[in-house]
Amino acid sequence: MADSNAPKPSSSVKLVLLGEAAVGKSSLVLRFVNNDFQENKEPTIGAAFLTQKCNLPSRTIKFEIWDTAGQERFASLAPMYYRNAQAALVVYDLTKPTSLVKARHWVAELQRQASPGIVIALVGNKLDLTNDGESGRGDGDSEGVEGEDPGDARKVSTEEAKSYAEEESLLFFETSAKTGYNVTDVFTAIANAIPETSLKSTRGPGASNVASRAGDEQRVNLNGPREAAKEGCAC
Amino acid sequence: MEEIAPKYDVIVLGTGLTECILSGVLSVKGKKVLHIDRNDHYGGEAASVNIEALFKKYGNYTKGEEPWTKYGRANDWNIDLVPKLLMSSGQLTNILVSTDVTRYLEFKSVAGSFVQQGAGPKATVAKVPSDAGEALKSPLMGIFEKRRMKSFIEWVGTFGVDDPATHKGLDMSKTTMKDVYDKFGLEAGTRDFIGHAMALYLDDSYINTAGQAPDAIERIRLYGNSVSRYGKSPYIYPLYGLGELPQGFARLSAIYGGTYMLNTAVDEVLYDGGKATGIKATMGGADSPEKLHFETKADIILGDPSYFPNKVKIVGHVLKAICILKHPLAGTNDSDSCQLIIPQSQVGRKNDIYIACVSSAHNVCPKGYYIAIVSTIAETTSNHHLELQPGLDRLGKIEEQFMGAPIPLYEPIDDGKVDNIFVSKSYDATSHFETTTDDVKDIYHRATGEELKVEGLRDLQVE
Repeated sequence: MADSNAPKPSSSVKLVLLGEAAVGKSSLVLRFVNNDFQENKEPTIGAAFLTQKCNLPSRTIKFEIWDTAGQERFASLAPMYYRNAQAALVVYDLTKPTSLVKARHWVAELQRQASPGIVIALVGNKLDLTNDGESGRGDGDSEGVEGEDPGDARKVSTEEAKSYAEEESLLFFETSAKTGYNVTDVFTAIANAIPETSLKSTRGPGASNVASRAGDEQRVNLNGPREAAKEGCAC
Repeated sequence: MEEIAPKYDVIVLGTGLTECILSGVLSVKGKKVLHIDRNDHYGGEAASVNIEALFKKYGNYTKGEEPWTKYGRANDWNIDLVPKLLMSSGQLTNILVSTDVTRYLEFKSVAGSFVQQGAGPKATVAKVPSDAGEALKSPLMGIFEKRRMKSFIEWVGTFGVDDPATHKGLDMSKTTMKDVYDKFGLEAGTRDFIGHAMALYLDDSYINTAGQAPDAIERIRLYGNSVSRYGKSPYIYPLYGLGELPQGFARLSAIYGGTYMLNTAVDEVLYDGGKATGIKATMGGADSPEKLHFETKADIILGDPSYFPNKVKIVGHVLKAICILKHPLAGTNDSDSCQLIIPQSQVGRKNDIYIACVSSAHNVCPKGYYIAIVSTIAETTSNHHLELQPGLDRLGKIEEQFMGAPIPLYEPIDDGKVDNIFVSKSYDATSHFETTTDDVKDIYHRATGEELKVEGLRDLQVE
């Protein structure tokens, strides 16, 4: 499937990661990017610009996944981070209620700073630390299980997060980056949720640029081969 | 609250472009960097601001009114505070490519580079010729002068500093640019646009300086090479404004482990025996409910002049007027972006007047608007608007004009080796970033004792 040579339309989508430290943002991405289901792994620069393709029946979405690079730690993310992002993964830790408070903060920040059409997925990670992580792997229906069992570290109920996600029109998933449970589903759901109208063909660096329309002929690629074989001076 | 380490290799104060490039490069080289800004945004003096912030910065409106509301969504505006463009074959471009910061930015070429001849109502504006072919078509010169210009440009192309055979019998160690111009018999008007619109000298002092000719020729070649890289003009410009540049390098630094703290005031620089050893600082602005006080040490402290007011001197003043227009500059073929230089001699000044114009084509304002910044070096102590007037005259109807007091240009008093504090220079009046990257290299050398080699930074990252 992934290796199909059929010329499906391909689009780049900038996806940004947000969430409190240690909720598993990078792990989720590494799980997604290294998944055997996908084979088009691309080299990465530092740890902050991973790409992965997601094959839908009608098109291929190439995610350009931006890590915060730690700039969220002291509330110092740059506007550049949100700029032209078409999707965001807001991650919290199922075993840590304060991380959901933080996630709400990031959702509000995205609604304030990001493009109006951005697709936001709220993701509760570390399902493997809950009872659902052990038993519920097959059918994925984890609702209604939230007793205070010993060995169940869950501190955020599915209902609470889910109803918040519905209020704000967010996609919602509970995942385990450790076992891989639901991880690919998150990205596939995002890929499906991105409106076709906001998909432009791939171009340029970081280039999921919905805002740019006309005047592309003036755009320059600094990394590309030097223009038109003019060596030395133009004179 | 997150932990702040007790010690860093480098503390960087201010997130202007100079500081962010240094922070990025030092992190790539494996240094542990703490980067602080007292503002709640990146960029310092090199930021791009929205139109509401610009009105508030200049305060040119009546209290209670909100004049920015008639300009659409404030956030559709990214107005540069420093009027500069990137030379497409310049050092900043090389650093952007070698660090892969190009991944986070998109660039467009600037549509044209123009020069004014004459003054007042008779003034004409023409494209700066960039190669021998354009020289032959240029309205800036008469028929015979065109041929002389053509042979000059061709000579510049073949010139080699180390190859005396290309020196036309001139001794380059002593030769002035005047000697070179004389050799080719170039007229005064031609010398003007070569020196000011191609070599981009701000005044005429280069003409009679012995041994300056190779530098001038190098500048003319940089101009020519930059034009040939993407055509149209020697300049490129980042979408969403110059403020994207510091953010891009800050991200580079963060990826390589740099720690970022905005909204953080430096309360005290700590010294031990005359050498700076660390800082005391507080995170959280005036309206912040909780403040974080901390103290940390570092081997090296560097920062912009605003953090070290007693370690810098004033070397001049820049005058600047930021103007909002609803039309392109006259005489520029309706260019969506351009540079227009008014050489000093044309309008009876000692310093050139620059106009940098960008528009919605670069995502810095809503469609239909143009942002033109007129700037020059102050030559008088009052009536500064008169000094900018020849530039303002080129703009036609101005919707909104922002002009503050003359902006002081700072330079550090010493090289920092004694007290361990390395201070950057202010962004000067040149129209590009070549002097900024010179400053980056100079500070890097002073602070680390090593030359900054731009080439190969990418290879370092792969390791």
